[in-house]
Amino acid sequence: MLETTPTINRTIDARGSFCPGPLMELIRGIREAQVGDVLAVLSSDKGSKVDIPKWIEKAGHRLIAVETLEGHDRILVEKAR
Amino acid sequence: MDEPINLVLFSGTDDKLQAAAVLTAGAAALGKPVNLFLQYWALDAFRRERIDRDHGLAPEAGAEGRGHVEALRIAGQASWAETLRQAKDLGAVDIQACSLSMDLLGLEESDLDPLVDGVEGVTAFYLNAGEGQVVFI
Repeated sequence: MLETTPTINRTIDARGSFCPGPLMELIRGIREAQVGDVLAVLSSDKGSKVDIPKWIEKAGHRLIAVETLEGHDRILVEKAR
Repeated sequence: MDEPINLVLFSGTDDKLQAAAVLTAGAAALGKPVNLFLQYWALDAFRRERIDRDHGLAPEAGAEGRGHVEALRIAGQASWAETLRQAKDLGAVDIQACSLSMDLLGLEESDLDPLVDGVEGVTAFYLNAGEGQVVFI
């Protein structure tokens, strides 16, 4: 858990969506966001906490946190470019 | 530019098409171009008026497998056609019908779902594949 949660500009609730749905929803969200925006993705897909951070690194954005919550994961990312 | 990943879709059952659609979407998410080449029963599943139908499962699914697939569908899993639409929205996904299979099934391009970008022969498929991997599903 983060000690201070950054301001989240948008939360994408992809819970209930199956692989690779949450990542696809995040990519759409990133496209629509401004550089510097922080997005949160909620996902109940077990692959997301591995796949999404890898995609964030490859795509050149900034991973802020991966949090395991009740029945889902929350991944925070800052659009960096 | 990355070499494309090239999937030859032969099987027309929903499980294999779903697996292919997920592989396509993952590659598209990474910015990898994907070429899909539709042959035989996979092409048949892309008919405009059949794409949303039940296309059955591979024989190894059995009754238990059907139950698992059905449970995921009821839980809201996107269909393979919908996953492919999203993948096309995300990246460079080109879907081509094999011209021989078009003849085999007696199809015209207008018989196919708009997901299909065109009809080509096997030579064009290999030329577009370049040095990229070719996977047969």
